[in-house]
Amino acid sequence: MIFPKWTNQIPFLIPIGLALVGGAVAAGVTVYCTPKNTRVGYQPVQPVPFSHAVHAGQLGVDCRYCHSTVEKSWFSSIPAASTCMNCHSLILKDDPRLALVRESFTNNTPIPWVQVHIVPDYVYFNHSVHVARGFSCVECHGRVDQMDEVHHAKSLSMSFCLDCHRNPAAFIRPPGKVTDLGWQWSTNAAEAAKLQEVNGKNFVHDWRVESLQSCSACHR
Amino acid sequence: MRHLLYSILLIVAIAAAAFTIVGIPGHLSRKPPLEVFPDMDRQAKLRPAQPFDFFTNGLSSQLPPAGTVVRSSPVKTLNGEVYSYQDVPFNTGRVTGTTNFVALNPLPVGSALLQRGRGQFDIYCAPCHGGLGDGNGITKKLGVMPAVISLHDKRIIEMTDGEIFNTITHGKGLMGAYGPTVTAQDRWAIIAYTRALELSRLGSPDELSAEQRAALKK
Repeated sequence: MIFPKWTNQIPFLIPIGLALVGGAVAAGVTVYCTPKNTRVGYQPVQPVPFSHAVHAGQLGVDCRYCHSTVEKSWFSSIPAASTCMNCHSLILKDDPRLALVRESFTNNTPIPWVQVHIVPDYVYFNHSVHVARGFSCVECHGRVDQMDEVHHAKSLSMSFCLDCHRNPAAFIRPPGKVTDLGWQWSTNAAEAAKLQEVNGKNFVHDWRVESLQSCSACHR
Repeated sequence: MRHLLYSILLIVAIAAAAFTIVGIPGHLSRKPPLEVFPDMDRQAKLRPAQPFDFFTNGLSSQLPPAGTVVRSSPVKTLNGEVYSYQDVPFNTGRVTGTTNFVALNPLPVGSALLQRGRGQFDIYCAPCHGGLGDGNGITKKLGVMPAVISLHDKRIIEMTDGEIFNTITHGKGLMGAYGPTVTAQDRWAIIAYTRALELSRLGSPDELSAEQRAALKK
Protein backbone atom coordinates (compact mmCIF):
# COMPACT_ATOMS: atom_id res chain seq x y z
CA MET A 1 0.00 0.00 0.00
CA ILE A 2 1.73 3.18 -1.21
CA PHE A 3 -0.77 5.73 0.14
CA PRO A 4 -2.06 5.45 3.74
CA LYS A 5 -5.79 5.08 4.16
CA TRP A 6 -6.51 8.67 5.30
CA THR A 7 -5.47 10.02 1.93
CA ASN A 8 -8.87 8.84 0.67
CA GLN A 9 -10.39 11.82 2.55
CA ILE A 10 -8.29 14.44 0.70
CA PRO A 11 -10.85 15.08 -2.07
CA PHE A 12 -13.39 16.02 0.63
CA LEU A 13 -10.98 17.93 2.87
CA ILE A 14 -9.65 20.23 0.14
CA PRO A 15 -12.99 21.93 -0.65
CA ILE A 16 -13.81 22.21 3.06
CA GLY A 17 -10.44 23.79 3.75
CA LEU A 18 -10.75 26.15 0.77
CA ALA A 19 -14.24 27.19 1.86
CA LEU A 20 -13.03 27.92 5.39
CA VAL A 21 -9.96 29.87 4.28
CA GLY A 22 -11.88 31.67 1.53
CA GLY A 23 -14.67 32.57 3.93
CA ALA A 24 -12.21 33.90 6.48
CA VAL A 25 -10.42 36.01 3.86
CA ALA A 26 -13.70 37.36 2.47
CA ALA A 27 -14.97 38.22 5.94
CA GLY A 28 -11.65 39.80 6.88
CA VAL A 29 -11.56 41.95 3.73
CA THR A 30 -15.19 43.04 4.18
CA VAL A 31 -14.64 44.09 7.77
CA TYR A 32 -11.09 45.40 7.65
CA CYS A 33 -10.41 46.64 4.12
CA THR A 34 -13.46 48.91 3.72
CA PRO A 35 -13.64 52.55 4.83
CA LYS A 36 -15.74 51.49 7.82
CA ASN A 37 -12.50 50.23 9.33
CA THR A 38 -9.73 51.94 7.34
CA ARG A 39 -11.06 55.46 7.91
CA VAL A 40 -13.27 55.23 11.00
CA GLY A 41 -11.34 55.79 14.18
CA TYR A 42 -8.51 57.78 12.57
CA GLN A 43 -7.45 60.22 15.28
CA PRO A 44 -4.23 62.00 14.39
CA VAL A 45 -2.21 63.99 16.91
CA GLN A 46 -2.85 67.66 16.17
CA PRO A 47 -0.13 70.30 16.53
CA VAL A 48 -2.34 72.30 18.92
CA PRO A 49 -4.44 70.32 21.44
CA PHE A 50 -7.68 72.07 20.48
CA SER A 51 -10.75 70.54 22.11
CA HIS A 52 -14.01 70.68 20.17
CA ALA A 53 -15.73 69.28 23.29
CA VAL A 54 -14.78 72.42 25.22
CA HIS A 55 -15.39 75.02 22.51
CA ALA A 56 -18.40 73.64 20.66
CA GLY A 57 -19.86 71.50 23.44
CA GLN A 58 -19.23 73.19 26.76
CA LEU A 59 -19.02 76.82 25.61
CA GLY A 60 -21.63 76.40 22.88
CA VAL A 61 -19.68 78.25 20.21
CA ASP A 62 -21.36 77.69 16.83
CA CYS A 63 -19.37 75.60 14.31
CA ARG A 64 -19.51 78.52 11.89
CA TYR A 65 -17.71 80.91 14.24
CA CYS A 66 -14.51 79.16 13.13
CA HIS A 67 -15.55 77.24 10.00
CA SER A 68 -17.02 80.40 8.55
CA THR A 69 -17.02 79.50 4.85
CA VAL A 70 -19.10 76.34 5.23
CA GLU A 71 -22.31 78.07 4.09
CA LYS A 72 -20.73 79.73 1.08
CA SER A 73 -18.06 77.43 -0.23
CA TRP A 74 -17.52 73.79 -1.18
CA PHE A 75 -14.69 73.84 1.33
CA SER A 76 -15.23 74.29 5.05
CA SER A 77 -12.39 76.56 6.10
CA ILE A 78 -9.94 75.99 8.92
CA PRO A 79 -9.91 79.21 10.96
CA ALA A 80 -7.04 81.65 10.67
CA ALA A 81 -5.02 82.21 13.84
CA SER A 82 -6.68 85.63 14.11
CA THR A 83 -10.00 83.84 14.78
CA CYS A 84 -8.41 82.02 17.74
CA MET A 85 -6.86 85.26 18.93
CA ASN A 86 -10.27 86.98 19.06
CA CYS A 87 -10.56 85.28 22.44
CA HIS A 88 -7.08 83.93 23.15
CA SER A 89 -5.45 87.34 23.07
CA LEU A 90 -7.01 87.53 26.56
CA ILE A 91 -7.87 83.97 27.56
CA LEU A 92 -4.89 81.66 28.29
CA LYS A 93 -2.74 84.27 26.63
CA ASP A 94 0.56 82.81 27.88
CA ASP A 95 -0.43 79.15 27.77
CA PRO A 96 2.33 77.02 26.20
CA ARG A 97 -0.30 74.89 24.40
CA LEU A 98 -1.19 77.95 22.32
CA ALA A 99 2.40 78.86 21.41
CA LEU A 100 1.93 77.75 17.80
CA VAL A 101 -1.23 79.84 17.45
CA ARG A 102 0.49 82.98 18.74
CA GLU A 103 3.44 82.32 16.45
CA SER A 104 1.09 81.87 13.50
CA PHE A 105 -0.71 85.10 14.42
CA THR A 106 2.42 87.24 14.66
CA ASN A 107 4.55 85.69 11.88
CA ASN A 108 1.79 84.62 9.50
CA THR A 109 3.07 81.03 9.46
CA PRO A 110 0.65 78.15 8.91
CA ILE A 111 -0.31 75.81 11.75
CA PRO A 112 0.27 72.26 10.46
CA TRP A 113 -3.18 70.87 11.33
CA VAL A 114 -3.70 67.28 10.23
CA GLN A 115 -6.77 66.83 8.06
CA VAL A 116 -8.96 64.06 9.46
CA HIS A 117 -11.84 63.89 6.97
CA ILE A 118 -10.48 63.78 3.47
CA VAL A 119 -12.39 62.19 0.61
CA PRO A 120 -10.55 60.91 -2.47
CA ASP A 121 -9.58 63.53 -5.04
CA TYR A 122 -12.13 62.19 -7.54
CA VAL A 123 -14.98 63.03 -5.15
CA TYR A 124 -16.32 66.58 -5.33
CA PHE A 125 -18.24 67.19 -2.13
CA ASN A 126 -19.79 70.61 -1.65
CA HIS A 127 -20.38 71.70 1.95
CA SER A 128 -22.52 74.77 1.21
CA VAL A 129 -25.27 72.97 -0.71
CA HIS A 130 -25.68 70.35 2.00
CA VAL A 131 -25.64 72.78 4.92
CA ALA A 132 -28.02 75.23 3.23
CA ARG A 133 -30.57 72.47 2.60
CA GLY A 134 -30.63 71.26 6.19
CA PHE A 135 -28.11 68.42 6.34
CA SER A 136 -26.30 68.66 9.62
CA CYS A 137 -22.56 68.50 10.20
CA VAL A 138 -23.28 65.55 12.49
CA GLU A 139 -24.42 63.30 9.62
CA CYS A 140 -20.88 63.04 8.24
CA HIS A 141 -18.67 64.15 11.13
CA GLY A 142 -20.42 62.60 14.15
CA ARG A 143 -20.66 64.27 17.54
CA VAL A 144 -17.61 66.49 17.14
CA ASP A 145 -18.97 68.62 20.00
CA GLN A 146 -18.24 65.69 22.31
CA MET A 147 -14.76 64.93 20.99
CA ASP A 148 -11.71 66.23 22.80
CA GLU A 149 -9.60 65.03 19.92
CA VAL A 150 -11.44 64.74 16.63
CA HIS A 151 -11.61 61.28 15.12
CA HIS A 152 -13.14 59.99 11.90
CA ALA A 153 -16.59 58.84 13.06
CA LYS A 154 -18.40 57.88 9.84
CA SER A 155 -17.08 55.88 6.93
CA LEU A 156 -17.67 58.51 4.21
CA SER A 157 -17.63 55.63 1.74
CA MET A 158 -19.66 55.77 -1.47
CA SER A 159 -22.39 53.59 0.02
CA PHE A 160 -22.51 55.97 2.99
CA CYS A 161 -23.19 58.89 0.62
CA LEU A 162 -25.76 56.88 -1.33
CA ASP A 163 -27.66 55.88 1.82
CA CYS A 164 -28.59 59.54 2.19
CA HIS A 165 -28.83 60.41 -1.51
CA ARG A 166 -31.38 57.63 -1.97
CA ASN A 167 -33.45 58.76 1.00
CA PRO A 168 -32.66 62.37 1.99
CA ALA A 169 -35.98 62.69 3.85
CA ALA A 170 -34.63 60.46 6.60
CA PHE A 171 -31.74 62.84 7.35
CA ILE A 172 -32.96 66.36 6.53
CA ARG A 173 -33.65 68.81 9.36
CA PRO A 174 -34.57 72.50 9.74
CA PRO A 175 -31.59 74.49 8.35
CA GLY A 176 -31.42 76.53 11.56
CA LYS A 177 -30.55 73.38 13.48
CA VAL A 178 -27.73 72.26 11.20
CA THR A 179 -24.94 73.14 13.63
CA ASP A 180 -26.88 72.00 16.69
CA LEU A 181 -25.36 68.54 16.66
CA GLY A 182 -27.43 67.05 19.47
CA TRP A 183 -30.72 68.34 18.03
CA GLN A 184 -33.63 65.94 17.57
CA TRP A 185 -37.29 66.38 16.64
CA SER A 186 -38.37 65.07 20.01
CA THR A 187 -36.83 63.38 23.03
CA ASN A 188 -39.28 60.55 22.44
CA ALA A 189 -37.66 58.29 19.83
CA ALA A 190 -40.94 57.07 18.31
CA GLU A 191 -42.33 60.58 18.00
CA ALA A 192 -39.04 61.86 16.58
CA ALA A 193 -39.09 59.17 13.89
CA LYS A 194 -42.67 60.08 13.01
CA LEU A 195 -41.90 63.81 12.79
CA GLN A 196 -38.81 63.05 10.69
CA GLU A 197 -40.93 61.06 8.27
CA VAL A 198 -43.65 63.70 7.91
CA ASN A 199 -41.42 66.79 7.89
CA GLY A 200 -38.59 65.14 5.98
CA LYS A 201 -40.84 64.43 3.02
CA ASN A 202 -42.19 67.98 3.04
CA PHE A 203 -38.74 69.55 3.33
CA VAL A 204 -37.37 67.49 0.45
CA HIS A 205 -40.34 68.51 -1.70
CA ASP A 206 -40.57 72.17 -0.68
CA TRP A 207 -36.86 72.95 -0.91
CA ARG A 208 -36.49 70.88 -4.07
CA VAL A 209 -33.73 68.72 -2.67
CA GLU A 210 -32.42 66.87 -5.68
CA SER A 211 -30.04 64.38 -4.04
CA LEU A 212 -28.67 63.27 -7.40
CA GLN A 213 -27.57 59.71 -7.91
CA SER A 214 -25.91 60.26 -11.29
CA CYS A 215 -22.17 59.58 -11.37
CA SER A 216 -21.34 63.14 -12.40
CA ALA A 217 -23.05 64.59 -9.32
CA CYS A 218 -19.97 63.67 -7.30
CA HIS A 219 -17.39 62.49 -9.86
CA ARG A 220 -16.20 64.83 -12.58
CA MET B 1 -11.62 13.25 12.13
CA ARG B 2 -8.67 14.36 14.21
CA HIS B 3 -7.12 16.10 11.20
CA LEU B 4 -10.29 18.09 10.62
CA LEU B 5 -10.32 19.15 14.26
CA TYR B 6 -6.69 20.21 14.04
CA SER B 7 -7.21 22.20 10.88
CA ILE B 8 -10.21 24.02 12.39
CA LEU B 9 -8.13 24.79 15.47
CA LEU B 10 -5.34 26.06 13.23
CA ILE B 11 -7.69 28.38 11.35
CA VAL B 12 -9.15 29.70 14.62
CA ALA B 13 -5.62 30.29 15.92
CA ILE B 14 -4.66 32.19 12.74
CA ALA B 15 -7.86 34.25 12.92
CA ALA B 16 -7.21 35.06 16.59
CA ALA B 17 -3.64 36.08 15.78
CA ALA B 18 -4.83 38.25 12.88
CA PHE B 19 -7.48 39.83 15.11
CA THR B 20 -4.90 40.72 17.74
CA ILE B 21 -2.80 42.43 15.08
CA VAL B 22 -5.55 44.39 13.26
CA GLY B 23 -7.76 45.03 16.30
CA ILE B 24 -11.47 45.78 16.66
CA PRO B 25 -12.87 47.30 13.46
CA GLY B 26 -13.11 51.09 13.67
CA HIS B 27 -11.00 51.43 16.81
CA LEU B 28 -9.21 54.72 17.48
CA SER B 29 -5.87 54.85 15.76
CA ARG B 30 -3.13 57.41 15.19
CA LYS B 31 -2.21 55.82 11.89
CA PRO B 32 -3.56 57.48 8.72
CA PRO B 33 -6.03 55.42 6.68
CA LEU B 34 -4.41 52.80 4.47
CA GLU B 35 -4.76 53.56 0.77
CA VAL B 36 -3.65 50.62 -1.35
CA PHE B 37 -3.64 52.37 -4.74
CA PRO B 38 -3.43 56.07 -3.86
CA ASP B 39 -2.64 57.28 -7.39
CA MET B 40 -6.27 58.09 -8.17
CA ASP B 41 -7.29 58.97 -4.63
CA ARG B 42 -4.48 61.50 -4.33
CA GLN B 43 -4.06 63.26 -7.64
CA ALA B 44 -1.43 65.78 -8.66
CA LYS B 45 -3.68 68.74 -7.85
CA LEU B 46 -3.99 71.14 -4.96
CA ARG B 47 -6.68 71.37 -2.36
CA PRO B 48 -7.09 74.40 -0.09
CA ALA B 49 -4.84 74.79 2.95
CA GLN B 50 -2.54 71.88 2.27
CA PRO B 51 1.25 71.64 2.49
CA PHE B 52 2.89 72.57 -0.82
CA ASP B 53 6.62 73.07 -1.18
CA PHE B 54 6.46 75.14 -4.35
CA PHE B 55 5.77 78.33 -2.43
CA THR B 56 8.22 79.59 0.18
CA ASN B 57 5.59 79.58 2.92
CA GLY B 58 4.84 75.94 2.14
CA LEU B 59 1.08 76.40 1.66
CA SER B 60 -1.23 75.56 -1.24
CA SER B 61 -3.52 78.52 -0.45
CA GLN B 62 -1.77 81.81 -1.10
CA LEU B 63 -2.91 85.25 0.01
CA PRO B 64 -3.98 87.34 -2.98
CA PRO B 65 -1.47 90.06 -4.02
CA ALA B 66 -2.18 93.54 -2.69
CA GLY B 67 -4.84 95.36 -4.68
CA THR B 68 -6.57 92.20 -5.89
CA VAL B 69 -10.22 92.77 -6.67
CA VAL B 70 -12.70 90.12 -5.61
CA ARG B 71 -14.71 88.71 -8.49
CA SER B 72 -18.22 88.91 -7.20
CA SER B 73 -21.76 89.63 -8.20
CA PRO B 74 -23.06 93.08 -7.28
CA VAL B 75 -25.10 93.60 -4.13
CA LYS B 76 -28.36 95.54 -4.32
CA THR B 77 -28.27 98.48 -1.90
CA LEU B 78 -30.65 101.41 -1.49
CA ASN B 79 -28.36 103.41 -3.80
CA GLY B 80 -28.25 100.85 -6.58
CA GLU B 81 -25.96 97.90 -7.21
CA VAL B 82 -22.44 98.02 -5.80
CA TYR B 83 -19.35 95.84 -6.18
CA SER B 84 -17.05 94.85 -3.36
CA TYR B 85 -14.14 97.00 -4.58
CA GLN B 86 -16.08 100.29 -4.74
CA ASP B 87 -15.66 103.13 -2.25
CA VAL B 88 -19.28 103.16 -1.15
CA PRO B 89 -20.93 103.13 2.29
CA PHE B 90 -21.83 99.46 1.84
CA ASN B 91 -18.13 98.49 1.78
CA THR B 92 -16.62 101.08 4.10
CA GLY B 93 -19.37 102.32 6.39
CA ARG B 94 -18.34 105.85 5.36
CA VAL B 95 -19.84 108.46 3.06
CA THR B 96 -18.07 108.14 -0.31
CA GLY B 97 -14.93 110.29 -0.50
CA THR B 98 -15.03 111.33 3.16
CA THR B 99 -14.16 109.80 6.52
CA ASN B 100 -17.64 110.49 7.92
CA PHE B 101 -19.67 107.47 8.93
CA VAL B 102 -23.02 106.93 7.28
CA ALA B 103 -26.00 107.28 9.56
CA LEU B 104 -28.11 104.45 8.24
CA ASN B 105 -27.87 100.92 6.89
CA PRO B 106 -27.39 100.99 3.09
CA LEU B 107 -29.33 97.74 2.67
CA PRO B 108 -33.12 97.65 2.48
CA VAL B 109 -34.13 96.32 5.90
CA GLY B 110 -36.82 93.66 5.83
CA SER B 111 -37.63 90.51 7.70
CA ALA B 112 -35.24 88.40 5.59
CA LEU B 113 -32.31 90.68 6.45
CA LEU B 114 -33.27 90.70 10.13
CA GLN B 115 -33.50 86.91 10.20
CA ARG B 116 -30.11 86.64 8.52
CA GLY B 117 -28.75 89.18 11.00
CA ARG B 118 -30.12 87.19 13.90
CA GLY B 119 -28.44 83.99 12.70
CA GLN B 120 -25.11 85.72 12.15
CA PHE B 121 -25.35 87.63 15.44
CA ASP B 122 -25.90 84.38 17.33
CA ILE B 123 -22.81 82.87 15.71
CA TYR B 124 -20.28 85.68 15.84
CA CYS B 125 -21.48 88.19 18.46
CA ALA B 126 -23.44 86.21 21.05
CA PRO B 127 -20.40 84.41 22.56
CA CYS B 128 -19.40 87.73 24.16
CA HIS B 129 -22.28 90.19 23.73
CA GLY B 130 -24.92 87.60 24.64
CA GLY B 131 -27.96 86.53 22.67
CA LEU B 132 -29.85 89.62 23.92
CA GLY B 133 -26.95 91.97 23.27
CA ASP B 134 -26.65 92.82 26.95
CA GLY B 135 -23.04 91.71 27.27
CA ASN B 136 -23.89 88.50 29.13
CA GLY B 137 -22.33 86.00 26.74
CA ILE B 138 -20.54 82.82 27.68
CA THR B 139 -17.25 84.70 28.17
CA LYS B 140 -18.90 86.88 30.84
CA LYS B 141 -20.35 83.83 32.61
CA LEU B 142 -16.91 82.26 32.78
CA GLY B 143 -15.40 85.58 33.81
CA VAL B 144 -12.66 85.32 31.23
CA MET B 145 -13.33 88.42 29.14
CA PRO B 146 -13.20 91.70 31.03
CA ALA B 147 -15.65 94.47 30.20
CA VAL B 148 -17.84 93.28 27.34
CA ILE B 149 -19.98 96.21 26.28
CA SER B 150 -23.76 95.99 26.39
CA LEU B 151 -25.27 96.90 23.04
CA HIS B 152 -28.06 98.62 24.98
CA ASP B 153 -25.59 101.27 26.18
CA LYS B 154 -26.58 104.81 25.27
CA ARG B 155 -23.25 105.19 23.48
CA ILE B 156 -24.01 102.27 21.14
CA ILE B 157 -27.62 103.30 20.58
CA GLU B 158 -26.49 106.76 19.52
CA MET B 159 -23.65 105.41 17.39
CA THR B 160 -24.18 105.64 13.63
CA ASP B 161 -24.69 102.41 11.68
CA GLY B 162 -21.50 103.25 9.77
CA GLU B 163 -19.39 103.38 12.93
CA ILE B 164 -20.76 100.03 14.13
CA PHE B 165 -19.92 98.63 10.70
CA ASN B 166 -16.39 99.96 11.10
CA THR B 167 -16.07 98.37 14.56
CA ILE B 168 -17.28 94.97 13.35
CA THR B 169 -15.00 95.12 10.32
CA HIS B 170 -11.78 96.24 12.00
CA GLY B 171 -12.39 95.46 15.67
CA LYS B 172 -11.98 97.89 18.52
CA GLY B 173 -10.32 97.70 21.91
CA LEU B 174 -10.37 94.07 22.98
CA MET B 175 -12.69 93.01 20.15
CA GLY B 176 -11.07 91.39 17.14
CA ALA B 177 -11.79 92.19 13.49
CA TYR B 178 -14.72 90.33 11.96
CA GLY B 179 -14.29 91.73 8.46
CA PRO B 180 -12.29 88.71 7.28
CA THR B 181 -14.89 86.12 8.37
CA VAL B 182 -18.25 87.89 8.07
CA THR B 183 -19.26 89.24 4.65
CA ALA B 184 -20.20 92.91 4.32
CA GLN B 185 -23.80 91.92 3.63
CA ASP B 186 -23.93 89.88 6.83
CA ARG B 187 -22.29 92.68 8.82
CA TRP B 188 -25.07 95.05 7.74
CA ALA B 189 -27.61 92.36 8.58
CA ILE B 190 -26.08 92.08 12.06
CA ILE B 191 -26.35 95.85 12.48
CA ALA B 192 -30.02 95.79 11.48
CA TYR B 193 -30.65 93.02 14.01
CA THR B 194 -28.70 94.91 16.70
CA ARG B 195 -31.03 97.87 16.15
CA ALA B 196 -33.99 95.51 16.55
CA LEU B 197 -32.51 94.23 19.82
CA GLU B 198 -32.08 97.80 21.05
CA LEU B 199 -35.61 98.68 20.06
CA SER B 200 -36.88 95.74 22.09
CA ARG B 201 -35.81 97.62 25.23
CA LEU B 202 -36.45 101.17 24.03
CA GLY B 203 -39.98 100.73 22.74
CA SER B 204 -43.14 101.29 24.73
CA PRO B 205 -46.26 99.12 24.74
CA ASP B 206 -48.11 101.96 22.95
CA GLU B 207 -46.22 101.19 19.75
CA LEU B 208 -47.67 97.69 19.58
CA SER B 209 -50.85 96.82 17.79
CA ALA B 210 -53.93 96.04 19.88
CA GLU B 211 -53.51 92.31 19.17
CA GLN B 212 -49.87 92.28 20.29
CA ARG B 213 -50.77 94.16 23.48
CA ALA B 214 -53.47 91.64 24.24
CA ALA B 215 -50.92 88.83 23.76
CA LEU B 216 -48.54 90.57 26.16
CA LYS B 217 -51.12 90.66 28.96
CA LYS B 218 -51.59 86.89 28.90
